[in-house]
Amino acid sequence: MSEVKIKIENLYKIFGPRAKEYTNKVKSGIDKDELLAKYNHVLGLDNINLDIKEQSIQVVMGLSGSGKSTLIRHINRLIEPTEGTVLVDGEDITKLNKADLLEFRRNKTGMVFQRFALFPHHNILDNVQFGLSIKNLDKSESKDKAMYWIEKVGLTGFENKFPNQLSGGMQQRVGLARALAIDPDILLMDEAFSALDPLIRTDMQDQLLDLQKNLKKTIIFITHDLDEALKLGDRIAILNGGKLVQDGNAEEILLNPADEYVSNFVKDVNRIKVLKIGSIMNIDGNMNESNPSVMVDESIENCLPTMLESESGLNVLDNDKNFVGVISKNNIAEILRRSKD
Amino acid sequence: MSSESLRLFKKSVDGAYRSFSAKYGDAIEAVFDPVLYFLVWFEKLLHNSPWPLVILALLGLVYLGSRSIYLTIGSLFAFLFIGYFGMWDDTMSTVSIIGVCTALTIGFGIPVGILMSGSDRARAMITPILDIMQTMPSFVYLIPVVMLLGIGKIPGLLAVIIYAIPPVIRLTDLGIREVNKEVLEAADAFGANRMQKLFRVQLPLALPTIFAGINQTIMMALAMVVIASMIGVKGLGQPVLKAITNQYFTMGLLNGLAIVALAIIFDRVSQSYGKRMQQHRAGANE
Ligand SMILES: Nc1ncnc2c1ncn2[C@@H]1O[C@H](COP(=O)(O)OP(=O)(O)O)[C@@H](O)[C@H]1O
Ligand SMILES: [Mg+2]
Repeated sequence: MSEVKIKIENLYKIFGPRAKEYTNKVKSGIDKDELLAKYNHVLGLDNINLDIKEQSIQVVMGLSGSGKSTLIRHINRLIEPTEGTVLVDGEDITKLNKADLLEFRRNKTGMVFQRFALFPHHNILDNVQFGLSIKNLDKSESKDKAMYWIEKVGLTGFENKFPNQLSGGMQQRVGLARALAIDPDILLMDEAFSALDPLIRTDMQDQLLDLQKNLKKTIIFITHDLDEALKLGDRIAILNGGKLVQDGNAEEILLNPADEYVSNFVKDVNRIKVLKIGSIMNIDGNMNESNPSVMVDESIENCLPTMLESESGLNVLDNDKNFVGVISKNNIAEILRRSKD
Repeated sequence: MSSESLRLFKKSVDGAYRSFSAKYGDAIEAVFDPVLYFLVWFEKLLHNSPWPLVILALLGLVYLGSRSIYLTIGSLFAFLFIGYFGMWDDTMSTVSIIGVCTALTIGFGIPVGILMSGSDRARAMITPILDIMQTMPSFVYLIPVVMLLGIGKIPGLLAVIIYAIPPVIRLTDLGIREVNKEVLEAADAFGANRMQKLFRVQLPLALPTIFAGINQTIMMALAMVVIASMIGVKGLGQPVLKAITNQYFTMGLLNGLAIVALAIIFDRVSQSYGKRMQQHRAGANE
């Protein structure tokens, strides 16, 4: 769980014909608006450094135009960096030659797109097989794999339908199956669920988490929706104007937002629902036998009834029922007060 | 420019071209020999096979292309009308030259269109040439062709192709450029190389547009039949030409109607074929 799968170092992307010349300007502090106003170049990414751990879900968040799509496309090099490196399993993919880059894309990364980007002239089976046929895999083997993934995403019976005969949610399942069929280590999902209705969206999120339990892919998931980010992300990176302003887990982002941009993002979140007991407990306290106990990874909200019944506080236990800390009414009051302002 | 130097200028250009064609005319003609052989063979095949067989084959193609019983029956009547009024041989000559012409424009036009779609520079260079090909009066470029190759089938074929090929080229280019960028990006993301992208994504998705171009090309080729007959191409154009010079109204009208009948058949067949290729795409490309 702790190996770094993807290491992004000092990554810059400037859009425009003289991008290289302007990297120094960006390094000396010019921001996105100024670069556009003065030099008519668009700052896509500004010195991004990010480690993405193996088998984890790394969410990337930010407002529209903040560089999310640009960043994710550097991981399979659909966009060439202006400067910097992207290491995957220790190999710098920005240095790959053409043929190696194709091989890399064919084997290491699968991508899911916001507007599905299915092949309208292929039926579902051929869509899911696309990546395999690009690799010139044996026909029957490729069909077996495709059918396996069609079944996994719950679309058995639709193999011979065409994309425009399917609902949005079903189309994105095809998109997911198409990406998974090549069995990539890395799954790149660019606002994959943003175009779906809320109910279908929740469904897809659950399905993704469910699949991930066994798959253990390294997933980069882009969204502009904080609830989605909190639900899916092991870590959440936040972009603003091409800059990475914060990268942390849900608790860090909610409790210690790096700047105003991040606080604005998180201000409407229901903290007691998202935060776990462990993130606000007091580890110095002593066990009090007469108090009730709660689990460390329970949400605050779920512990509120127990808390209200208790006289002086709660004992916090970890999953093996060992005592790890205490929590008082004051701790919770403080969180509630903070979410108000 | 003074009239004297203008005369000199024309004379020297013509002279240079004449000596060029005297020197290389035969060699260039030889290049076209295979096409000529094929054209002659195809025309003979249509002429010499028993007409019911030819009609049957043509109706078969009409039905396969259009899947329409009405159009097939309509075509049957058109062919019977043509035969009854003694225009069968001329019609078969026209069908053969249009057929060969269409095959050549497709074989040549689609690759050029692909080239154009892949590079803005190629497009900037080819577009004005296409404009000239479409607007220059045909007689003007017929002159050097006839000077080079004499009068006959090949110059006629070339004239028709020059006039009719631009739509295939333009619409191949357009069709490929119009392919949804996200779909193309998906192909890239899965590691498709240029050829895989072209043959598995771009061309299939551009096919309906390319087909619209082929349809236009066929129509334009038919429109050239009369002009081509002036330089010795056999077919329905020749009696029309004769009718014009001798003021035979009925003869002109009958042959004109035969050309119209062919045009309608070619048009409907290629259009409904093109439409059928789009069936699964409506609404899926947005
Ligand atoms: N090909 C391009 N040429 C010029 N500017 C671009 C290009 N692609 C993206 N941009 C710009 O880069 C910035 C980041 O875009 P993007 O990564 O698509 O943002 P996001 O996905 O977060 O909405 C935007 O300002 C966008 O206009
Ligand atoms: Mg985006």
